[in-house]
Amino acid sequence: MSLSFLFYLTATIAVASAIFVVLNRNAVYSAILLVLCFFALAVLYLLLEAYFLAVLEVFIYAGAIMVLFLFAIMLLNLGHEDALPKFMYLQRALSVLMVALFFFGIILIMLHEPGVLHQPGDTFSAGGIHVLGEALFSKYLLPFEVASLLLLVALIGTVYLAKRKI
Amino acid sequence: MDFLSFFIICVKVLLVFAGTLLAVLIMVYAERRVSAFMQGRLGPNRVGPQGLLQPIADGIKFLMKEDIIPDGVNKPIYLLAPVIMLIPALMTFAVIPFGSTITLFDRDIILQVADVNIGILYILALTSIGVYGIVLAGWASNSKYTLIGGLRSSAQLISYELALGLSVVSIILMSGSLRLNDIVADQQGHLLSWYVFKQPLAFLIFLIATYAETNRLPFDLAEAEQELVGGYHTEYSSMKFAMFFMSEYANMITAAALTVTLFFGGWDVPLLDEKSLGIWGAMLSVASFILKMGFFLFLFIWIRWTFPRFRYDQLMKLGWKVLLPLSLINIFITGGYLTLAALK
Repeated sequence: MSLSFLFYLTATIAVASAIFVVLNRNAVYSAILLVLCFFALAVLYLLLEAYFLAVLEVFIYAGAIMVLFLFAIMLLNLGHEDALPKFMYLQRALSVLMVALFFFGIILIMLHEPGVLHQPGDTFSAGGIHVLGEALFSKYLLPFEVASLLLLVALIGTVYLAKRKI
Repeated sequence: MDFLSFFIICVKVLLVFAGTLLAVLIMVYAERRVSAFMQGRLGPNRVGPQGLLQPIADGIKFLMKEDIIPDGVNKPIYLLAPVIMLIPALMTFAVIPFGSTITLFDRDIILQVADVNIGILYILALTSIGVYGIVLAGWASNSKYTLIGGLRSSAQLISYELALGLSVVSIILMSGSLRLNDIVADQQGHLLSWYVFKQPLAFLIFLIATYAETNRLPFDLAEAEQELVGGYHTEYSSMKFAMFFMSEYANMITAAALTVTLFFGGWDVPLLDEKSLGIWGAMLSVASFILKMGFFLFLFIWIRWTFPRFRYDQLMKLGWKVLLPLSLINIFITGGYLTLAALK
């Protein structure tokens, strides 16, 4: 009873803060609201007994990535509300299209295979990090390595863009 | 959960909370007295015997001062920033075991607020949240000094967090667990089982990185008073300034406690089986923990008044080009050793 109440509370916070991230015109406020959203997601993970994922959500997304975001926002000094153009038709149309596709996909899955979304998450939570580590290095080895390769490419690209003279 | 265990948890929370705040008061006093001693001065010695009531006088002064909110600040974030910094600073101590188990009312009580199975990650995650307080304070104050302080501090914390986390990884490899109780239990027995003797390099990297993470000299670039007036908290006054002050000291206390837990056996008294001695063993373990923590807190002060500040590029070079590769090499060696030992 109280757990489902907690779920609806944090889910509401997560969705509301996510919406305000998009609607807000002040970049710093958006960043703070995004951090709030990450915290709400972390609480949701805690409710699913995935403690490791919850801590990683706070540690990596809120603790490292968003700090860098804030750093960049402050360095560019985007504090003024008119820093962004008011209407970006192409971007808006594309984002609406993407969200609609994603939403449609989820609805399709829910209608056709309702079991998929209701699987208990015991594989990751019961054994904690040991099970997660084994799964990453056996069953999900290829996606894991591909993701690391992607990060490496991004890293090299950043260095190339930032320092053309090297 | 029955009433008694709920009561016990409440007592533990209160004890740790009050203990941390008391330690902050003692540290403020100790810092002024020790620095005076190192510079051949007397330091505050007028309020109470040996000036022991000085921190309380300071606290009252902070409360009585006018609370100034300068024009041009971004008010909501300006008011939020000290809170964002203080709350994680006071939360982190919750997972640190400060003693062995006590048997009271026929039940074993662990001397630790929360026995989380990912304790070390919990601490790292919460300390990385504290940086928002600094960055947002720097931005919301709408002043160039605070902004530079906030920017410096965010870059510094991100850089040294990597070395800090990676040096902890080698400890996790040795103990095979993220639970701080397991890490402490792994260091029981004779003196050489302390991780500082098994992982001296990780200890050095960890120690240097904690000084950067807590914004202490020689890494206090965020508030370098000769260049930036007061750094990120230049525009803060009264109790809001005191909140920054308190959270910096609370962070130091947690850092010292974490150093003791990870590398110096936590509450372990060498060559002694605390659990066989009953309640006296538990008392002894708490005393040993406080003693070791006190030494590292003293080291914070000692280093602050002996070392000059790094220049900013030196700081970045040390973090990225020395500490990070060293900690990676250390993980490599530890992993290789453990694999070879498992093969035998």
